[in-house]
Amino acid sequence: MAQALRAEPRPELDGVSVSIRDLSLAYGAVEVLGDLNLDVNEGEFLVLLGASGCGKSTLLNCIAGLQPATKGQIFISGQNVTWAEPSERGIGMVFQSYALYPQMTVEGNLSFGLKNARVPRDEIARRIARAASTLQLEPLLKRKPAALSGGQRQRVAIGRALVRDVDVFLFDEPLSNLDAKLRAELRVELKRLHQNLGNTMIYVTHDQIEAMTLADRIAIMRGGKIQQLATPDDIYRRPANLYVAGFIGSPPMNLLPGRLEGNIFHGPLVADVTGYDFTTRPRGGEAVLGIRPEHVRTGEAAAALPIRAQARVEVVEPMGADTLVWTRLGDTPFRVRLDGEDRVRADQMLSIGFDPASLSLFDAATETRI
Amino acid sequence: MSDAAYPAAAAAPPRSAAPRGRLLDGPAGLVPTRRLSGKRIMIYGGLLIFSAYYLLPLWVMVMTSLKGMPEIRMGNIFAPPVEITFEPWVKAWSSACTGLNCDGLSRGFWNSVAIVIPATILSIAVAAVNGYALVNWRFRGSEVFFTILIFGAFIPYQVMIYPIVIILREIGLMGSVWGLVLVHVVFGMPIITLLFRNYFSSLPPELFKAARVDGAGFWGIFLRVLVPMSLPIFTVAVILQVTGIWNDFLFGVIYTRPESYPMTVQLNNIVNSVQGVREYNVNMAATLLTGLVPLTIYFLSGKLFVRGIAAGAVKG
Repeated sequence: MAQALRAEPRPELDGVSVSIRDLSLAYGAVEVLGDLNLDVNEGEFLVLLGASGCGKSTLLNCIAGLQPATKGQIFISGQNVTWAEPSERGIGMVFQSYALYPQMTVEGNLSFGLKNARVPRDEIARRIARAASTLQLEPLLKRKPAALSGGQRQRVAIGRALVRDVDVFLFDEPLSNLDAKLRAELRVELKRLHQNLGNTMIYVTHDQIEAMTLADRIAIMRGGKIQQLATPDDIYRRPANLYVAGFIGSPPMNLLPGRLEGNIFHGPLVADVTGYDFTTRPRGGEAVLGIRPEHVRTGEAAAALPIRAQARVEVVEPMGADTLVWTRLGDTPFRVRLDGEDRVRADQMLSIGFDPASLSLFDAATETRI
Repeated sequence: MSDAAYPAAAAAPPRSAAPRGRLLDGPAGLVPTRRLSGKRIMIYGGLLIFSAYYLLPLWVMVMTSLKGMPEIRMGNIFAPPVEITFEPWVKAWSSACTGLNCDGLSRGFWNSVAIVIPATILSIAVAAVNGYALVNWRFRGSEVFFTILIFGAFIPYQVMIYPIVIILREIGLMGSVWGLVLVHVVFGMPIITLLFRNYFSSLPPELFKAARVDGAGFWGIFLRVLVPMSLPIFTVAVILQVTGIWNDFLFGVIYTRPESYPMTVQLNNIVNSVQGVREYNVNMAATLLTGLVPLTIYFLSGKLFVRGIAAGAVKG
């Protein structure tokens, strides 16, 4: 059977490292993944991002072969691996809880997979030495996992994937168990690792900062379906629907309900959106206008912009580098992000303004971008 | 330990009673401890009374076993021996009459050892693999299988005694030590499987996944990843099985012949023999000898046992 699985590479998979075709997974009547299609290019860093329960980890487990799919196919490096064992798929995996073997030394942890694959001893030594130098693990090789710090453990877990010499790395929330400082450090280390190795990496996280900083492309998932698959910049600037708009960005995008008539938006404020880059031909009707708090200008800068309004400051949250101001347009809460140097007091009136080019418009019924 | 400091919190003066000027002289640092409060006397007194109550039978047994028969006939069962003799212990071990032969408990002891060792090893080996498969290799119907297995633990032994006699007769093991071993392996399986299943399901599932990605198979994961980290639960299983099988009387008396009777059955034959004088001192010594093995195991493994039970009980 292994022979049949390793059939001729399919020409349409050129340059594609991992390809998922019509993948479905259901537990009885509960659908976890629904007809999912995804192509990950060679050398790409793809992040699966979503709230808990969106199916992102399940999808990763399907790719790893730890979770059999109900329907569909998975190709890795041109081979159909839908029925293959995890160890036969050419993947390495890193888990949130590290999952190091507690009774083995770091060296034992790194060599376990290679011994199972009957790799010759000198080759094992060579690969461990290489991984250890890449991850600065040399002084730790003889220690047991219990004697390591969280960051060191996670580096060993990455090393375990590294020594396997595979094309595809899978990461299941690898940084979520670390404290904030260490997380930021390891994030940069991971990015550096990806730049040096050039492997395909698929990375699951619920942390949008990790997603934005690491990814070549982000797939935002919800309810077992991909909501948007695009570069971090596109996802931030041109969210495909209301869910993505609300999910990405902290603080989230301001969403104002209203009606679009021609190029005029009637809502908590009246806005002429001429200059907005419509995805589809603008149709009149119920619409939602979205503007990121950091794209709102105030004071003199606002006066020059096409869309302007006056708002009363309700709450000021100074955060050092910038200041978050809560106001209200009509009945809708409206957040504005100001520079930390700007001085604002509660109860003062604030003139705000923004550019149609920096906003997003959504159809209120279909919730998709227009 | 520092918790000794807590019961005396009442000793601190009430806050409102502190005069204004003496605010800084008020309570500071550790709360003072009163050594002998009423509450403590109650606790320790109660504990002492109850331990005396539980230890009294042991006291009587040890003392009686060290007395000669004339001294026992005087009737002071709580009194220590005037003249200490180890004669009853020697007799119980090597020359007391149990039914047909008169070579004491030693024969039963070695029979029991020959039953306990293979039965413990086999039942734990089978149950550990069962528990592992039930947690990590869910197969169609594995939950049903588990339910049936657990249900087996609740069927009264009496119902199964005769069918087992027939089965053992048919496979030619009736009356042999190995027949009894087989019976113990089967009857130990539900509870020991449950123990291992609970322990393995408390381990992080990622460990199993990581081992699969690393290419380890069913036995590779079990023997090289899970077993090395399961010492506490193996200890518990060994204790439960050794004491359980050692103390078994019912199966021993039914499924073995007199020459292969386990120690408990021999003990019964010594104590309940109706011929001749009733030698209380020999009976007591024989009982203590029989109880010595489980007792030693409890003493040696106390802490590990508690730890393992706690580890196995976390998840259902």
